[in-house]
Amino acid sequence: MKQSLFDIVSNKKIARDIYEMVLYGDTSDLVRPGQFINIKLDGLFLRRPISVCDYDDKTITIIYKVVGEGTEKMSKMDGGKLDILTGLGNGFDIEKSGDKPLLIGGGVGVPPMFNLCRKLIENGKDVTVIMGFMSQEDVFYKTEFEKLGAKVYVTTNDGTEGIKGFVTDAMKEIEAYTYFYTCGPEPMLKGVYDASKTSGELSFEARMGCGFGACMGCSCETKYGNKRICKDGPVLKKEEIIW
Amino acid sequence: MVDLSVNLGGIRLDNPIIPASGTYGFGYEFSELYDINILGSISLKGTTKEPRFGNPLPRIAECREGMINSVGLQNPGVEKVISEEIPKLRQCFNKKAIANVGGFSLDEYTYNCEKLGEVPEIGIIEVNISCPNVHAGGMSFGTDAKNAAEVTRRVKAVTNKPVFIKLSPNVTDIVEIAKACEDAGADGLTLINTLMGMKIDLKTRKPVIFNKKGGFSGPAIFPVAIRMIYDVYEAVKIPIMGVGGVATAENVIEMMLAGATAVQVGAANLTEPYVCKNIIEELPALCEKYKIEKLSDIIGGAH
Repeated sequence: MKQSLFDIVSNKKIARDIYEMVLYGDTSDLVRPGQFINIKLDGLFLRRPISVCDYDDKTITIIYKVVGEGTEKMSKMDGGKLDILTGLGNGFDIEKSGDKPLLIGGGVGVPPMFNLCRKLIENGKDVTVIMGFMSQEDVFYKTEFEKLGAKVYVTTNDGTEGIKGFVTDAMKEIEAYTYFYTCGPEPMLKGVYDASKTSGELSFEARMGCGFGACMGCSCETKYGNKRICKDGPVLKKEEIIW
Repeated sequence: MVDLSVNLGGIRLDNPIIPASGTYGFGYEFSELYDINILGSISLKGTTKEPRFGNPLPRIAECREGMINSVGLQNPGVEKVISEEIPKLRQCFNKKAIANVGGFSLDEYTYNCEKLGEVPEIGIIEVNISCPNVHAGGMSFGTDAKNAAEVTRRVKAVTNKPVFIKLSPNVTDIVEIAKACEDAGADGLTLINTLMGMKIDLKTRKPVIFNKKGGFSGPAIFPVAIRMIYDVYEAVKIPIMGVGGVATAENVIEMMLAGATAVQVGAANLTEPYVCKNIIEELPALCEKYKIEKLSDIIGGAH
């Protein structure tokens, strides 16, 4: 974990209530896709944990949905600096992917799939991505994933784009995959867990206090004992989850 | 050169700064961030006899200038704390730590204090009779002067280590309970624990916290802590560890003026992981600004 100041390079709306923010600063503590950062905002006591969509040696891209006071504040930012804790959480294990990994993201669970997808393709993997949204106006990053070289399926609950239904409906169309990675709302994670035919990794959300393992606010029980979503997660292996 | 050292229950601390129980785990994880040997001491995560997962989630809610938690004493149990957690702390911390003891019965408090009192790395036993997040025991011992005195007597009988009783602010008269603990032989007091609070979500129209209520902490409770420390200092002779909303070096000096010998930093660790280090580094210059040569001289200075 590292605490440092980041410059806001850009902050733009990319779908309904969805914003993409690019930050410039010290990214040296980010070591795996699926990690998150924790952002201090003026006037709010707790930091806001946001998953990392993409990063390189100088910039971090985050995608967030305006759901409350903190993200509302963030959506109005135009330049300036942010006090951020970086390098939080365990992230995904890309070594486990096999040759044909399946990535499944739902809503703001899509962003952590992006850097993961980039890394897997760089490693020569044949990546398929399923992105689930409520409706067409919620869809983002489809072409960005395609540009990385992934095969992309979009699902919308109302059928206004792609396959009508849930991500699990798209999973039925994928004949074979070697491993899966997923992030999204918990009912979706459970659906993916039940529908999955291989081992895999699931990234969970939780209401956090500190974001770095000190407060025990986001603990969960697993088959291998109590784990903190923020520090021992947010990524849990399929085999350890107790629903 | 300003002298920051204080004497807490017969133990010399290099400075009065102590991370509060429940906000710092068992210390070793913060050693990834900075050398935790700069601290005066550490109050370790509240420990019960049996392992506890704690309360169902969500157990954190944000408020103005603070937060509500209902973690509910999650800990691996006293045996594992002694066999696994304290040895990990020993790797990165060479000072005496404070064991924070929870319980659900007099026998459990006694058992935990006896066990932890035997650990050489433990300098002080802090008995939590004020946890708002456990249904049986916990705070019910801390809201009644007779019960508080009984816990104190029983615990004092099984350990030679200094015993500090951590008091609840959720009472009509904290002074009465403080005096009862002193009369029963307590070596010191820690105050205040969290204030009972609640937060309701406007969208769901339901409490945010699964257990509905929890302990409110953070800068918002600082003036309440100052008032209670001030009142208790007037009434007792034993030392006070002040805690409640401390986030700056200025807060530390104010709390010592109210009557605290040492100052615990709680919720601030969760939002500013370097806060204890920053406070310790800022204290000398702040002492110079307020013409303090020896920090311990100002204890109770507001009286």
